[in-house]
Amino acid sequence: MSKQDILEKIAAERILVMDGAMGTMIQRHKLAEADYRGERFKDWHCDVKGNNDLLVLTKPDLIQEIHEEFLAAGADIVETDTFNGTSISLADYDMQAFAYEINKAGAEVARAAADAWTAKTPEKPRFVAGSVGPMNKTLSISPDVNSPGYREVTFDEVADAYREQMRGLIDGGVDIILIETVFDTLNAKAAIYAVEDVFEEKGVRLPIMISCTVTDMSGRNLSGQTIDAFWYSVRHAKPFSIGLNCAFGADLLRPYAVSISAVADTRVCAYPNAGLPNEMGEYDESPDQTAAHLGEWAKTGLLNITGGCCGTTPDHIAAIAKAVEGVKPRSIPKHEPVMQLSGLDPITIINAPSPSATA
Amino acid sequence: MTQPTAQFINIGERTNVAGSAKFKKLIFEGKYDEAVAIARDQVEGGAQIIDINMDDAMLDAKEAMVTFLQLIAAEPDIARVPVMIDSSKWDVIEAGLKCVQGKSVVNSISLKEGVEPFKEQARTIMRYGAAVVVMAFDEDGQADTIERKFEICKNSYDILVNEVGFPPEDIIFDPNIFAVATGIEEHDPYGVNFIEATRLIKTHLPYAKVSGGVSNVSFSFRGNNPVREAMHSVFLYHAIRAGMDMGIVNAGQLTVYSEIPDDLRERVEDVILNRRSDATERLLDVADDYKGTAKERKEDLTWREAPVAKRMEYALVKGIADYIEADTEEARQMFDKPIQVIEGPLMDGMNTVGDLFGAGEMFLPQVVKSARVMKQAVNYLQPFIEAEKGEGTKPKGKILMATVKGDVHDIGKNIVGVVLQCNNFEVIDLGVMVPWAEILKAANDHQVDIVGLSGLITPSLDEMCTVAEEMERAGYSMPVMIGGATTSRVHTAVKVAPNYSGPLVHVLDASRAVGVASTLLSEDLSGKYIADVRAEYHDIREKRLAKPKVDRLVPIAEARANREKLSYTPVKPTFTGTKVFDDYPLETLVDRIDWTPFFRTWELAGKYPQILEDAVVGESARSLYADAQEMLQKILSEKWLTAKAVVGFWPANADGDDVVLFDSEDRTAEMDRIYCLRQQVQKRAGRANDCLADFVAPKGTDDWVGGFVVTAGHGIDEHVARFKAAHDDYNEIMVKALADRLAEAFAEHMHERVRKEFWGYAGSETLTNEDLIKERYKGIRPAPGYPACPDHSAKPALFDWLDATQQAGVELTESFAMTPTAAVSGFYFAHPDSHYFGVGKIGKDQVEDYARRRGIDVAEAERYLRPNLAD
Repeated sequence: MSKQDILEKIAAERILVMDGAMGTMIQRHKLAEADYRGERFKDWHCDVKGNNDLLVLTKPDLIQEIHEEFLAAGADIVETDTFNGTSISLADYDMQAFAYEINKAGAEVARAAADAWTAKTPEKPRFVAGSVGPMNKTLSISPDVNSPGYREVTFDEVADAYREQMRGLIDGGVDIILIETVFDTLNAKAAIYAVEDVFEEKGVRLPIMISCTVTDMSGRNLSGQTIDAFWYSVRHAKPFSIGLNCAFGADLLRPYAVSISAVADTRVCAYPNAGLPNEMGEYDESPDQTAAHLGEWAKTGLLNITGGCCGTTPDHIAAIAKAVEGVKPRSIPKHEPVMQLSGLDPITIINAPSPSATA
Repeated sequence: MTQPTAQFINIGERTNVAGSAKFKKLIFEGKYDEAVAIARDQVEGGAQIIDINMDDAMLDAKEAMVTFLQLIAAEPDIARVPVMIDSSKWDVIEAGLKCVQGKSVVNSISLKEGVEPFKEQARTIMRYGAAVVVMAFDEDGQADTIERKFEICKNSYDILVNEVGFPPEDIIFDPNIFAVATGIEEHDPYGVNFIEATRLIKTHLPYAKVSGGVSNVSFSFRGNNPVREAMHSVFLYHAIRAGMDMGIVNAGQLTVYSEIPDDLRERVEDVILNRRSDATERLLDVADDYKGTAKERKEDLTWREAPVAKRMEYALVKGIADYIEADTEEARQMFDKPIQVIEGPLMDGMNTVGDLFGAGEMFLPQVVKSARVMKQAVNYLQPFIEAEKGEGTKPKGKILMATVKGDVHDIGKNIVGVVLQCNNFEVIDLGVMVPWAEILKAANDHQVDIVGLSGLITPSLDEMCTVAEEMERAGYSMPVMIGGATTSRVHTAVKVAPNYSGPLVHVLDASRAVGVASTLLSEDLSGKYIADVRAEYHDIREKRLAKPKVDRLVPIAEARANREKLSYTPVKPTFTGTKVFDDYPLETLVDRIDWTPFFRTWELAGKYPQILEDAVVGESARSLYADAQEMLQKILSEKWLTAKAVVGFWPANADGDDVVLFDSEDRTAEMDRIYCLRQQVQKRAGRANDCLADFVAPKGTDDWVGGFVVTAGHGIDEHVARFKAAHDDYNEIMVKALADRLAEAFAEHMHERVRKEFWGYAGSETLTNEDLIKERYKGIRPAPGYPACPDHSAKPALFDWLDATQQAGVELTESFAMTPTAAVSGFYFAHPDSHYFGVGKIGKDQVEDYARRRGIDVAEAERYLRPNLAD
């Protein structure tokens, strides 16, 4: 059986668990500028502290250790440390030239961790999802208020950057492409456009997971779409899963998980933050609290895949894995084909009853 | 699912250079703003999709398409609907597809260039995730008969679905609407052919849709709108019954089928359905009789045609006050008693507003405008209600609101009050600086259901504890709501709640206030809710106690040893002593305004200027900003406010953690001291324990410090009173918020003059406003009560040195809040390495040392420093 068939088979049997927050785990190590630079970039001309993706080159052991902590906690899927790994985002550190290399190395590190754990627990094979983040420039929103029609970047530039990132991820051996934390749907559409090219070029076809971020209480992403409108915009990717991550804790995210579960005729994946940040900017929802929410979602039949985003630790993942263990995954609904369009809002154009015979 | 579904979809046609002369002219002249307004009109007029077409030989269609799509993407009221990217040029379509985040529709592709390009284009469209319009067009031309129309559509469908893998539900056929009644006999069956082809498509091609350009059908009656409108209505009436799903129509160019005069309808129907050979002539015979009878409609006022209750709801939701008195009068005459107008249509309207606000579809500024309309209506009814006597509204509950003693800030409290009133709570507002005894008395006199306490400055947190204690002592049991900028759930749980055995809840912001108040007063829900909050607060306290101390403190001596080691090369200010600015020109401050906190005051989250284009709150923000600009102009031109300031510099040297101020340059007589606090949290290697005194040279090197008080609040009371009298909360809050912004801008502006002129240590700096907001300048101006010098009780000394009460007219309350509230005070430090920091938690040893230095009791010092005391 191919890796993909195994993934589909497991997804039909149980709820899959993803890992938690890479950033939070890296923070625990209180790395200094010199740690980020390592030997190789010790003379780099600008500060690189905070460039977490760079650590796959300069501190690969640390990143592998973090992956393994999550795998030990029971994660089925680990995300590569490549959230900002496009040439466009890496340009913040003038490191655009290393995009391919970072993604390949990020995939390899995660691959090594996952393979080690698959060998340890063959009954529970582990998977690597190549993290494709939202990018620091947006295609739908002008950064200049005096010029609402202006864009910092074009669709083709964004698609190019994603192509390069995804080549690296695939060459490094990921099992899944994860387009995540989507706050501008058009960026995600460029990623979807790009991934098809890369699949064609490499002669492979990997499952795609897509995950949107709702940025405020009105239930829209940053570019203004409702969750239903978002689903209509990306459904053509025929994703392995669609879902939500980041922004809120599980309690506030629940209504949107219910919406996406109702409209999506594919698997639903949700990995919330450990609550909202407290007045100190820290996440303090306990593993039990997060797990209690997600356990309830699972029992209600909202979930196929879950895990954690900002502030979630291996303890959270262990608690989540325990909470969803043995719970039946959401069954994928079959919907009658119907035209669904969207702007910021969704619209469904119903299939009118068959016309009367003749006038 | 609650999303809209529709039977027949109107596609807006006017954003089309080929279809609208006006739109074409605007695009050619580059007047994109006005072109965008046309798109907005379309959507407001009911278009559920907008068709955009830039095909013109004289136009760079690709560039125009991209420009226009990117512009409307920034307009949430337009961008909410899907777009139809309409072009006969493939490169224009593809460029358009790269600009839309939603699922759009391509209009159109066809077999006219052959099968291969058709398949290729369809594949590309799939990759962009769009639906597609397919024309009934092949290499032999456009289909005009029923059979050819259906045959081409079926052929296209089979290729798309079976060979390309195109989702059938994403296909829309356009089987060509051509003009009828042209006088050419072959054209007579064109209407009915479309209708019959539609019937075949919808019967035999599952999930596919049918669309068409409706106005084509009446082309021969150009200039006679009543007849054209009748033709469109009749055509649609039959085509929709045959299965037509959508059409490019001008919603303004439709009449209601049943309202077409019988004679005209019969003749039009004969033409459309090709029922008799002389149909065209017969229609022509009467056409002129109908010309010019179409009623002129003022689009914006169509809501005025609704029944009065609907009109009132609309006025409330949109915040339109123009007609509310007339409508209220009309409603009053319909009901037996005037009170029923409030209980009926007005409350229904406000409930709609409340629901929309709760659902995140309306934002605070809009709600406050709604409240203004509501208050005007209620005000109008008041004399009638009083004339009948004995009646009162039955509010959901009575809520007392007060800003606690020592604090004068009330914008947030007023916003909460407005939102509660909108939701039918009676609000008894005691104003600001309310002592606990008065709160208790009023709560008892009015028999209130809830007490709401508000405060902005940190000493207010203590005062809230006192109010809670006193309520407990007096045996009160009604719920208490705690709110305001410095309050938090944790503080409420840990410090306030233990003082009171009744229910006590922290309310995060105005949008939560209604929910909390309603729940607290609900018979069914309150018990559980109060128990939940109690349990939650209990948890917070337990966690707080159980939490190992994250912040490890070091002894104060050790912290002092770890001070930042700076070198000192002070610059002498151009003068010592004070300088007074009476009536400072407000115009010079406007450019310095930092708007982001202004929007935050109104609970609109986001950074200025981006917030104006925000997809969710942008519309609200723009409207608020426009209102703010308008008032700002009045503040300037009618001189509503007067700005005053006093700044001063004094010879100074650091002595330990104190800064000693001297009367004169001989530095013998000590004038006073600034008692500074030092960070005591254990620092990582290489990080110092900061203290403001470190930024001043110790004895031996001549150094200086400065101080300031600025205000932009003089004269505001008159305007606040005026708005209050007019029941205009919106403008009352607005004027206060603007005065606050001007005061902050004044502080920023004065700091710049200090750096460049008065102290003059940074003569050459050139910074943009953004740099200023990001504090990219040398030297700091920390304010007492803020993180670097958290003790508000340092203000009286500062005011004394500056003679600020006399010179700038700013007074201090017993809790050291400033009046007018639109005021800023602080110290100036010029050291190039000086920076803002937070003192954070401090230990008992430093508190005792601080008390000793200041000559006050430890207990008093602890009261001033409570938020900084380590647990």
